[in-house]
Amino acid sequence: MTMKTVFEKTTGLTANQTHYCPGCTHGIIHRMVGEVLEEMGILEDTVGVASVGCSVLSYEYFNCDMTQAAHGRAPAVATGIKRVLPDRFVFTYQGDGDLASIGIAEAVHAAARGENITVIFVNNAIYGMTGGQMAPTTLVGQKTATTPFGRDGSIQGLPIRVSEMLSTLDGTAYIERVSTHDVPNIIKAKKAIRKAFETQKQGLGFSMVEVLSSCPTNWGLDPNESLDWIKDNMVPAYPLGVYKNSQKGDGR
Amino acid sequence: MGKVLMKGNEVIAEAAVHAGCKYFFGYPITPQSELVAYMARRLPEVGGLFLQAESEVAAINMVYGAAGTGVRVMTSSSSPGFSLKQEGISYLVGAELPALIVNVVRGGPGLGNIQPAQSDYFQVTKGGGHGDYHTPVLAPSTLQEIIDLTEAAFDIADRYRTPVILLGDGMLGQMMEPVEFKEWKEREPEQKEWATTGIRGDGKPRIISSLELNADALEKRNELLQKKFALIKQNEARYETFEIDDAEYIVTAYGTAARIALNAINKARKDGLKIGMIRPITLWPFPEQPFIETRDRVKGYLSVEMSAGQMVEDVRLAVEGRTQVSFFGRTGGVVPTQEEIFDQIVKLAGGVEV
Ligand SMILES: Cc1ncc(C[n+]2csc(CCOP(=O)(O)OP(=O)(O)O)c2C)c(N)n1
Ligand code: SF4
Repeated sequence: MTMKTVFEKTTGLTANQTHYCPGCTHGIIHRMVGEVLEEMGILEDTVGVASVGCSVLSYEYFNCDMTQAAHGRAPAVATGIKRVLPDRFVFTYQGDGDLASIGIAEAVHAAARGENITVIFVNNAIYGMTGGQMAPTTLVGQKTATTPFGRDGSIQGLPIRVSEMLSTLDGTAYIERVSTHDVPNIIKAKKAIRKAFETQKQGLGFSMVEVLSSCPTNWGLDPNESLDWIKDNMVPAYPLGVYKNSQKGDGR
Repeated sequence: MGKVLMKGNEVIAEAAVHAGCKYFFGYPITPQSELVAYMARRLPEVGGLFLQAESEVAAINMVYGAAGTGVRVMTSSSSPGFSLKQEGISYLVGAELPALIVNVVRGGPGLGNIQPAQSDYFQVTKGGGHGDYHTPVLAPSTLQEIIDLTEAAFDIADRYRTPVILLGDGMLGQMMEPVEFKEWKEREPEQKEWATTGIRGDGKPRIISSLELNADALEKRNELLQKKFALIKQNEARYETFEIDDAEYIVTAYGTAARIALNAINKARKDGLKIGMIRPITLWPFPEQPFIETRDRVKGYLSVEMSAGQMVEDVRLAVEGRTQVSFFGRTGGVVPTQEEIFDQIVKLAGGVEV
C-alpha cells in the first residue's frame, strides 16, 4: 500500500530542534513565517534578521541567510541590508522588549522611512529571555519580576500599542495585529504574515505583523491557561485587526 | 587629475568613493558634518547610496547590515557620536564584518566642545566597546595622506574582516589643502563567500552572528580573534620617522599634533639641537619598532598630544622603562603652538624633565 503524504515539515525551517519552552507560541510563529517563505518560493532570496530575546537563536531555525542584530537594532540592520539588496526579501523577527523598548527609535524610523521590509513583532507582554521583567507592552496590573505588585500606570507608565502607533506614520504600508491563542486566529495570523511579505514583494513599503504570543514560563501559567490569558487579557488591551492597508505605496 | 583645494572632511569622503565605497550611513555632528553632506551629494553620482540615520546607533547598525552583504560601507562621526557607535563596533568585530568608521575628534568629555582634540585615543585603540578586541586605527596628518590611508583602511578591513577606524581631529577635518586624486574608476566589487545575500542556489544558509552561548566555543572564537589581532599587529603597523639617526631626543606625535611638532623640530634643528621625530600612522597596532630601535641610544622621548596624555602610555610600554619618556599636551580643544612645543624641546635638551 502506498501512502500519500498529506502533511510535511516546511522547508522554510531547518532541521534544528528549537529551544523554546513547552507551550510557547514562538515556535508556531516561526513555523508560519517558514511556511510563507516556502509557499512564496522566496527562501533563496531572503535575508532574515534575528533580534535579541528568546528568539535570539532564530537564525538557527529559519532556512535562509540570517544576520543577528544587537538588542533593538534589527530594523536598522535590515535597512542596511535592504538598501544594498533591494530585490531581496528582508525581515526582522523581534520581541516586544526588543522592538518597543530599546529599539523603539529604530522601529519608528524604519517605518517612517517606509523601508520595504517586513517586521514580525512578537508581543508576549513580558521580557522572556531575561526572566520575566516588565516590557513596554506589559498590561496594567500584570505582575512581572520588576512589577511585583502589578504594573501601575502612575509609576511604571502605560503600555504602548505599537500597531496603532506605527500605523499613524505615512511610511507604513501594511500593519495587522493577530493572535496565536486558537486555530482560527493562527490561520488568520499566517494570512497576515503572507500579506506582509506580499506587500514587500510589491515594493509598497514597511509592513509589520504584531503577533500576540504566550510566555507560559514567565506568566507562571500552563500552556492552556496561557492561551486563555492571551484571549481574556491581551486581546481586549490589544485589539486584533488590520491597522494599515495602504496598497498604493503612497507612503514611499 | 591635477590638484584641487578641498576641506579635510570632504577629502575623506572623496577618498572613500575612490576606494570603492558606495554606501554611507551617518548622522550629523560638528566638526565632521561636511563629510556627511558631501556623501549625500556624491554617492548618487557613482550609483551609490547615502542615508541619514536617526542616530549614530542606527547608523552603525545600518553599516552592520550592509557590511553583511559584502559591500564597502562606511559611517563617520565625532567623539560623542563615536561613543554611541561603540555598541555596533563591538558587534562588527564579533561578527567579523569589514567597515570603515571615521572619527573626527573634538574636545570632551561629555558634550565638550567642537574644537580639535586627540582625547579619543583610549576609546579607539583599547577596544572602546565591550569584549576583548582591538580595531585597526589609521591617523593621517595631512589631507593628501588621508587619500592613501582611506584606501588602506578599506583594504585592511576586507583582508582581516574587521572594522577599521580612520582617526582625524577637528583641525584636519576643517582645514583646506591642495590634494590630488587619481581618476575615479568603477571597481569590480570583491566577492565575499561569507556574505548574506540570499542563498540563491549556492548551498547552505549563511549566518552572521556574534552570539556563542557555549563558553568553550566562545573562548575558541576569542582565540581566533586574538590570532587575527596578532597577525594585524605583525603586518600592519605603520609609522614615519624624521631625522632619528643622530637624534639625542625624539618627539613623538600623530595627526595634527605631529604637523605642529615637526615645525618645532625643524626650528630646533636650526638651533643645533639634535631632535628627531617618530610619527605613528597606525595607533593600533602601535608601531613599537622605531622605539625599540632607538630606546637604548637616545636620552629621552617627548610625547606631544592634544589630550591629557593617552598615547604616552603606549610609548612607555614600547620603551620599557629604558629611557625617560616625557609628555606635553593641551586639552579641551586647545591646539598646542609650535612655540610651546619648541620650548618643551629646549627644556628637554637642557636636561630638564618636562
Ligand atoms: C543592550 C542590551 N540590553 C539588555 C540586554 C538583555 N536582554 C536580552 S533579551 C531582553 C528582553 C527581550 O524581551 P523581548 O524582546 O520581549 O523578547 P522575548 O524574550 O520575550 O521573546 C533583554 C533586556 C541585551 N542583550 N542587550
Ligand atoms: S521564556 Fe517565555 S517567550 Fe521565552 S521561550 Fe520560554 S515561554 Fe517562550
